[in-house]
Amino acid sequence: MDVENIYYHGRIKVPYKWYVGETGSRFLVELRDNKELWGIQCPKCNKVFLPPSKTCWECFTPTEKWVKLKNAGVVESYTIAHYSEGVAPRDVPIIYGLIKIDGADGSLIHFIGDIDPDKVSVGMRVKAVFAEERTGSILDIKHFAPSDE
Amino acid sequence: MEKVGIVGVGQTKYERKKEDTFAELVFEATTAALADAGAEIGDIDNVVTVSNDFWDGRTISSMAVQDAAGSYNKDVSCVEGDGVFGAMYGMMRALSGSFDTTLVVAHVKGSEGNMNLITNAMFDPIYQRQIGIDATSSAALQARRYMEKTGATEEDFARVSVKNHSNGVNNPLAQIRKKITIDDVMKSRKISEPLKLFDCSPITDGAAAIVISNAKGVKRFKKDPIWILGASHLSDSYTLGYRDLAYPRALEAASKKAYAMAGITDPLKQLDVAELADAYSYMELLWYEGLGLSPKGKGAELIRSGATGMDGELPVNPSGGLLSAHPVLVAGLARIIEVTLQLRGEAGDRQIKGASKALAHGINGPCGQAHGVFVLGS
Repeated sequence: MDVENIYYHGRIKVPYKWYVGETGSRFLVELRDNKELWGIQCPKCNKVFLPPSKTCWECFTPTEKWVKLKNAGVVESYTIAHYSEGVAPRDVPIIYGLIKIDGADGSLIHFIGDIDPDKVSVGMRVKAVFAEERTGSILDIKHFAPSDE
Repeated sequence: MEKVGIVGVGQTKYERKKEDTFAELVFEATTAALADAGAEIGDIDNVVTVSNDFWDGRTISSMAVQDAAGSYNKDVSCVEGDGVFGAMYGMMRALSGSFDTTLVVAHVKGSEGNMNLITNAMFDPIYQRQIGIDATSSAALQARRYMEKTGATEEDFARVSVKNHSNGVNNPLAQIRKKITIDDVMKSRKISEPLKLFDCSPITDGAAAIVISNAKGVKRFKKDPIWILGASHLSDSYTLGYRDLAYPRALEAASKKAYAMAGITDPLKQLDVAELADAYSYMELLWYEGLGLSPKGKGAELIRSGATGMDGELPVNPSGGLLSAHPVLVAGLARIIEVTLQLRGEAGDRQIKGASKALAHGINGPCGQAHGVFVLGS
């Protein structure tokens, strides 16, 4: 039997608000109010986590000590994405970087900006450029830009 | 380990856009697996479905396929992750003493959702999701990190794609059956540098099912079991940036456990065939290292040597791999099914002669956060 195939087009849109937790809130308040990057340290292995984590995932130990970090670091890896689904508030091509912040043990995923995509390289020094209007979000860092520091 | 094996396998053809509902796909794979086993639904003691709510666009995605999986009046649960992890759970249930036999069935219709948005949603909403990264752009970060750490090149990644696409030509169920050259890969459209179109697996629809039985249950089935000789699954940190993207230590640990169970000391020599999760070309090189097929940092040398080609010491992804068809979640079961067919001698034009020990691998989470490894033997 020949039947016309029917497709139902929908879109799932559900508003959420996530409590970011005490640790996450402290981190985001410092970003918003003071333009500062803070990591949190595991008392056992001394690793400094950024973004902050309430628990050291390797030692299974609560992290305790806040450590003020420089707003600068090194590009560990990067990619130039030639597409967008509109999630990122950027035009294509979008440069994503894995940024190893000085003094932190992990790396932060963020945008790299103020640079021609062809000029980005691994090992390049970058610094955080903050958004004019900050709301207490990871996007209070606008992107990381090349730096001589 | 206690004896447990695979007695039936079934899968649909993998295609970009299938005119079947989730339930129709699951019914096709389930009935194929039962027919292959020479069994009826009554021979199945419990069912594990494999699905993901975001890919299905509905919560409790398993409910959409319960009738089609034949799970009425049976104990049924759902694994939300790659099919290899569904098979792990199915195996545990058959070993638990509560059940003798498990049907594991996975489905996906990649064509109905939006891969980039769905995989963006696997990232932490506070720190990572807003940046817009997804499976492909995070993989690209991993690919470059791997290049930096090991000296592997984009041409090395292309070699994986060329090999697996060449293999896929011989797989009648593969979605892409087309030979390509290194030049084709290098000149293909830039997606998220250094990854190009032919470094990325396609969007795929399909379903797959396997029947697992313990030693007591195997007499219900007509097929000789393919025994599970070793199995292990382990996870690394969820947060990208907290783990070394250039080396899959969770895979190293998982494979060592599975090898110890199976008595494997030199996997490159002792295994006859392997199916790995090559969602992106470069991943196969990383997984070589994690699986101990090459020394650390030397995955590229293994592909260059030809050892993992169809005529090599250990053919990898004779099915064409995920690069030839990537039904997300289903992929892990498809890996297990391919090596099962190889061990039975039923792999047609892509048969590796005399294969008696095989490995199947699957991943969960961004950039291979978790790894599952099965060692199987005839």
